[in-house]
Amino acid sequence: MPVSDTPVLSARGISKQFGGVEVLSDVDLDLSAGEIHALLGENGAGKSTFAKILSGVHRPTRGTLALNGNPVEVPNPIAAQNLGITLIHQEPISFPDMSVTENLVLGRHDGALLGRVPWAQMERNANELMDMLRVSIDVTKPMRGLSIADQQMVEIARALASDSRLIIMDEPTAPLTPKEVETLFSIARRLRDQGRTIIFISHRLEEVQALCDRATIFRDGHLVETANVADLSDEDIIRLMIGRPLKEMMHRSGAKIGDVALEVRELSLPGKFHDISFTVRHGEIVGLAGLVGAGRTDVARAVFGVAPAASGSIAVKGKTVEIADPSDAIELGLAFVPEDRAVAGIFGTLPVDQNITAAVPGKIAPHGFIRSAIERALAEKSVKDLRIRLAALRQPIGELSGGNQQKSILARWLHTDPDILILDEPTRGIDIGVKAEFYDMIGTLAANGRGVLLISSELPELLYLCDRILVMSEGELTADIAGDEATQESVMRAAVPTKGKHGTGGSPPEHNEVAL
Amino acid sequence: MNSLTAALRFILLRREAGIAVMLVLFSLVVSAIEPRFLSLDTLRIVMLAVPLILIAGMGQMMVLLARHVDLSIGSILGFSAIVAGMAFRDLPEMPWWFGFFIATFVGAALGLVNGAVVTLFRLPSIIVTLGTLSLYRGVLFLISDARQVDPQYIPRPLIEMSQTSPIFGIPWIIFIALTIALISYVFLDHTRLGRQIYAIGSNPVAAPLRGISVVPVTLLVFTLSGALAGLAGVLYASRFGYVNPSITGVGFEFTVIAAVVVGGVSINGGVGTVLGTVLGVIFLGAVSVALPILGVSAFWRDAIYGAVIIIALLIDRSVRESGIRSATLEARA
Repeated sequence: MPVSDTPVLSARGISKQFGGVEVLSDVDLDLSAGEIHALLGENGAGKSTFAKILSGVHRPTRGTLALNGNPVEVPNPIAAQNLGITLIHQEPISFPDMSVTENLVLGRHDGALLGRVPWAQMERNANELMDMLRVSIDVTKPMRGLSIADQQMVEIARALASDSRLIIMDEPTAPLTPKEVETLFSIARRLRDQGRTIIFISHRLEEVQALCDRATIFRDGHLVETANVADLSDEDIIRLMIGRPLKEMMHRSGAKIGDVALEVRELSLPGKFHDISFTVRHGEIVGLAGLVGAGRTDVARAVFGVAPAASGSIAVKGKTVEIADPSDAIELGLAFVPEDRAVAGIFGTLPVDQNITAAVPGKIAPHGFIRSAIERALAEKSVKDLRIRLAALRQPIGELSGGNQQKSILARWLHTDPDILILDEPTRGIDIGVKAEFYDMIGTLAANGRGVLLISSELPELLYLCDRILVMSEGELTADIAGDEATQESVMRAAVPTKGKHGTGGSPPEHNEVAL
Repeated sequence: MNSLTAALRFILLRREAGIAVMLVLFSLVVSAIEPRFLSLDTLRIVMLAVPLILIAGMGQMMVLLARHVDLSIGSILGFSAIVAGMAFRDLPEMPWWFGFFIATFVGAALGLVNGAVVTLFRLPSIIVTLGTLSLYRGVLFLISDARQVDPQYIPRPLIEMSQTSPIFGIPWIIFIALTIALISYVFLDHTRLGRQIYAIGSNPVAAPLRGISVVPVTLLVFTLSGALAGLAGVLYASRFGYVNPSITGVGFEFTVIAAVVVGGVSINGGVGTVLGTVLGVIFLGAVSVALPILGVSAFWRDAIYGAVIIIALLIDRSVRESGIRSATLEARA
């Protein structure tokens, strides 16, 4: 047997318990040199736990790891690094005030504590690494000024600095723009061609198809399948991840579409969007598709009064209205569930019940004083209706999983009894199982006569849920397609900017020139 | 021309630029009102006013860099000065320079206690050192019987350190302070341990993941802060010629933190330089010297110090934001 057939890493019987609960059971997996290997599964399926065991963040309860055929222990992240295993976090863990160069070398144990730092040589090494990755990052700049994509590049450079043979990327693409994702992929491919092994964790199946050689699917702590990506269809993967076909979970009762609930006419905000007109009817789910940066969120923010438009008008239930700030919008029966719940949605340290009732002070404090009995009753009802999973109502909301936080925010807005709901990427970063529940809920909301404007980057979601799909590109509305006529192709064709048009969109600047 | 603007930009974007500009503007304004201000003599007075602040400021800076704060240094200074002063008084045969070791050692021990409580019990340093500020002051009253160490007990050579000069008419005490600043610069900017202090303050969560031993480094910064406050304590005896339990070092922490923050050291850790701190200390010294020259009552001093801190924070923020803005523009270009 030739040497190269020995797996770079082989895991045998890896199991992990947390407080008596087995979150990972008997995982056997071999990784070969020069492959990009996807780890797939819902949140809590065990893929992240497995990645953390490989990188020394957790220690397995049972089981063994071998590197190149030799048994190894990985007691902590530093040991992992010394063994050539690096975990790259989605939001890179860095030292924002320190230069790129320092971030590359900090913690590497060479030299005495009071030894002199060889600044010039360190900078040379850092530049060499950037050249190797073919990215132009000024290594003397502090990390704070770098985009997340560039910060990830620094993390990858750090893995190369310690000559890591196994690089684990934990959902690296979630915060990136499409262009940045392409850059990351081309670097990942190059690293693979150098014979390194890359573990790629992602929720986005199309990325797995585009990048990975093999995929391993986890469900409920078990490894259910390892196969060549070429042999797996999206349906196969979803079926393996959730244990049943997706179609079964997706069923939408037809709602009766009524009068116009929201009408937007010729809305413009220079630099963000231009001449946007559309309607949302009662009982209708209208999708808003487009690439990241096309101006979708800006339109939603303008309608809700967060950053009002410069010109154009908005009519609610046939009456032209003035929405200068969100309280006007709430008054008119609008609700807006923002995209980044961590920034704009939750009060992380406050308990779940207070988070759920935060938008209806008048209900919980009828005479100016909060009646905790009412607060609790309202929250309890939401928890039951939306199936929010929690330990206690008094639990800080920050401790809940992403999906349950998102449900709580939705619950908050449902208490305002809105006629028009604007949902911005409501299912980003949550499990497929919980997503299905969300789809049910959104369908029910529409069936009850509410108008829903759904912003999403996931086309299948829009195609499945929406009665109509609006498409934005570079700040302009480029298509309005009826739900049953829309296809992935027709939406994407309208979403991708046509050449010769510049400057109207709010797309983020590209500052990561890569020579390929 | 291009390289000149680039160089100018590099200088202006540094955090020290704001405080340097402030220092120059302040001197110009004051000397416009009272031309006497712009003289070598004033410079000498300013330099004499600041050594204690500069020495303790180096320690405070390291604590702030690690995203902590040491409010207890005023009491540590008083404590160390009293212990050294009592040693001078009660052990007359002790060599006078031994007082340096006593004060520094006592200060280091008190600083270590601060660090130990902060790390062991994972308590916020602002509360812990607020506690020890009062605690150390209380204990120092007890051990000193609330009695002052009178001028006749302070050794002559020690007092002369504030008056005699080895060179250029600059007193010894200023050389000591500048030496401490120089050592701090080399330590913080050019040793691995020094950079680890920045790392801990910049991202306390990531530091242990990168193999940095947070607890020992935290203990070290508090111990150094205490030791330097202790050293400032024996120099207090040198500078003022007495040690009084209810006066010595009272309010000192405020002046030091003001100087360090004015010098651009971030309260949020990870940001700050020795040069900035030195400039901040000199600025505060210049303010304190200018007030009597301008005929402003001494009662105003604390109010003005307080206002200066807030102004410094505002200026610092605008400098930093414009720096980030232009860096972003550069990246887009």
